[in-house]
Order: sequence, then C-alpha cells, then structure tokens
Amino acid sequence: MFLPDVVSEKSISGPCRAKCSIQYSKEFGDISIVRKVPVMKDGGFILTESTAILEYLTQKYSGSVADHWFPADLQQRARVNEYFSWQHMNLRAHCSKVFLLRVRVPIVMDAEIPKETMDFALENVKQSLNLLEEKFLQSKPFILGDKISVADVVAVVEIIQPIGTGFDGFEGRPKLIAWRDRVKKELGEKLFEEAHEALMKSSNMPQKLKNSSSFAQLKPILQKLFR
Amino acid sequence: MALELYLDLFSQPCRSVYIFAKKNNISFDFKKLSLLDGQQYGEDFGKISLIRKVPALRDGDFCLAESVAIMLYLAEKFKTPDFWYPADLRQRARVNEYLSWQHTAIRMHGSKIFWLRVRSPSLICVGAVRLVMSYRHHVLAVLEYPFLSAWRDRVQEAVGKELFDEAHQYILGAQESVKSMDSSKMQVYKPKILRLFM
Repeated sequence: MFLPDVVSEKSISGPCRAKCSIQYSKEFGDISIVRKVPVMKDGGFILTESTAILEYLTQKYSGSVADHWFPADLQQRARVNEYFSWQHMNLRAHCSKVFLLRVRVPIVMDAEIPKETMDFALENVKQSLNLLEEKFLQSKPFILGDKISVADVVAVVEIIQPIGTGFDGFEGRPKLIAWRDRVKKELGEKLFEEAHEALMKSSNMPQKLKNSSSFAQLKPILQKLFR
Repeated sequence: MALELYLDLFSQPCRSVYIFAKKNNISFDFKKLSLLDGQQYGEDFGKISLIRKVPALRDGDFCLAESVAIMLYLAEKFKTPDFWYPADLRQRARVNEYLSWQHTAIRMHGSKIFWLRVRSPSLICVGAVRLVMSYRHHVLAVLEYPFLSAWRDRVQEAVGKELFDEAHQYILGAQESVKSMDSSKMQVYKPKILRLFM
C-alpha cells in the first residue's frame, strides 16, 4: 500500500531534473498515472481510489473480514454505496478545502485567504455535517445501524482532517462526538491514534512545506491545483 | 407499489440511471422532477431524499440517493448481465475505481462548464463576471479527442441509438432552452454558482 507523505524529505530522482516529492517521481508515475494516494499493489494488480480499495479488500478477504464492514445485504450495501458516493463532493471536499486553505494554499499561492472564501468553505462544511447528522446517522449508533461499517471510517477521517489546523467540526455537535467515540472504541484507540499521528502535527505543516527541499519544484504543480 | 425513479434528464447522473434501467428492461415509474422549477426543494421530495438531489429511487419503503448507489442497487436486485458490474474481483474493482474517480474529475469539470456556458450568464451578478470569464479559457472541446469520440460511438451503439438520443434530447437543446428561461426562478441557484467559482 502506497501512503507517502507529500512533504516528506524522502525523495526519488525524477523527471523534474532535481529531487521531487514521491508522488511526482517517475517511479510512482509508473505505478499510478493519477499520482494520488492511497494506491494498492496486489501482485501485478494496481488499484487507486480508497473506496475501491476498501471494497476490494473486503471482497478478497471475505473469509476473515466480518460482514458488517461491507454488508452483503442489498439495502445495507446500497447505504454504504450511497455514503461513499455522496461524501466525495460533500463532506470530503468541504473538510479538505478548509484544511488546504489553512495549511497549504497561503504558502503555495503567496497570498492570504480572503475572509469571504474561508466563510464559504466553513458554511459548506457546516451543511455537510448537518446532512451527516440528519440524513446518514439520524438516531442510529453508526451510519448503517447497530454496527460499524467502512462508511463510518471514511466519514470520521474527513472530519478529523482539519482539526490540526484549529478547526474542530465536532465542536458543538454532541451527536457527532458520541458517534466519533463509538467509532474510536470499535477501531481501538491505539489504531485510531496511530492513523492520525502525522496529521495532528499539521499545525507546523506550512513551515515544513516552505522549508522542504522539494518546495521549489512542487510549487508550480500545486499552484495549478489551487488556481 | 412500483419502483419509482425521480429524474430530471438535464442531469447527467439521471441520464445514467435512466439509460441503465431502460436498457435492462427494468420497469419503473418515471417521476419527473424539474430542477429548473426548484422542485427538489419541495416538501414531498424532502420525504424521498433529504439530500434534495436527483436521481432518487423509492422501492417500497426504501429510498436511495446517488446515481452510483442506485445503479448498483438495480444491477444487484434485477440481476442484470454480469458485464454491467462484474462479479470478478479485479473487474469490479476497476468499475469501482472509475465510479469513485469520476466524481471529482470529469463529472465536476463537465458540470462547471455546463453552468458557465448555459446557466450562469442569466444568473450571476456583475461582480462575478470577471471571475467567470477567466474560466472560459480552460473550456475544452471533448470531441477534439478522437479516441474518446470512438469510445462514445461504441457506447452509443451498445446502448442503442434510440435510447441514447431519447435520454439526451433535453440536454442537447439546453443552450436554446435557456433563452426562454424565467431567470427569476433560477435565483435560488445564485449561492451555488458563487460557491462553485469562489
């Protein structure tokens, strides 16, 4: 599984005529032309997109992965697919935008974020969190009901994304806090903390990005993404 | 109660669901929802889908949003031919990979171009015009890609020209229809347009 850190000092010589961060290297491009993470390599089979990888793993290891993670039942499975589909342009997009606006965009674009832009981004997060509570969770312990599924994992990591930047989407939402704590308990606190350890240090990410030896090569690539 | 599909064929994901269901002879009640008239914000539709988007499905007591979820539900429930959504582990993964990627790739950018070219001129305020005009430089003509044109022709042939044309007749006339549009009805979309391009 490929899960490199974009701002890592580990680098591979690539086509930029100097050392670049991993996802822009030739070696990674040979694995995934999309140049995003996560990427899975299972023998000769390479797969991108986290939701596709999750379903692949639950299907391949169905003998040992409990059904509740990705139920075989028609309607329950439809609910997972519904959440997977919705979250791309909603919770995921909106939480990611707040994260990027706070730790990447100002450094890459050499400009302050206009208040109106940030306000729009925060309003979008609020609407997504409202829908998560009112439509997907309602009064159930987890998105599908009594048991945790991949939908809960995919949801919780997105809300956590901007926390290290000072924006806590759980604040003022006791229903979401209780759900998060249930998810954490099901996954195990140690695994939960381990998965989020690097992210929780993101408050120093702007400086880390700026000081990175590959920043000069990365900057024009990132500017295109944020334009 | 018959299976109900709430659709507006102006919408790409609605056309996907419509084509898939018709091609597989899945019987459904076509519940036309006019996005132009803001019907997705009505109280009745809110009981079908809190997300207030189309397409939406109602199968007895079961309501479902999101075109991808709807198509996969129909494929499974009506046991459509395997090639639509193969049971094979790797083939299925490839379909899932594309269905996931397209949300923030072709679908998102295609929608933006649609809003810019067809809807926005009648909606946006003067202050946003400069921002909108800067986007026009990035508009591409998909049909300049011969490989994609050939693929589109194969899809059209596999689906059947009649069904393909039927599904697309409204959207292909969009630029004409906007001329007769009541722009006051579209003001509800103004915040969305501004957010799309902020």
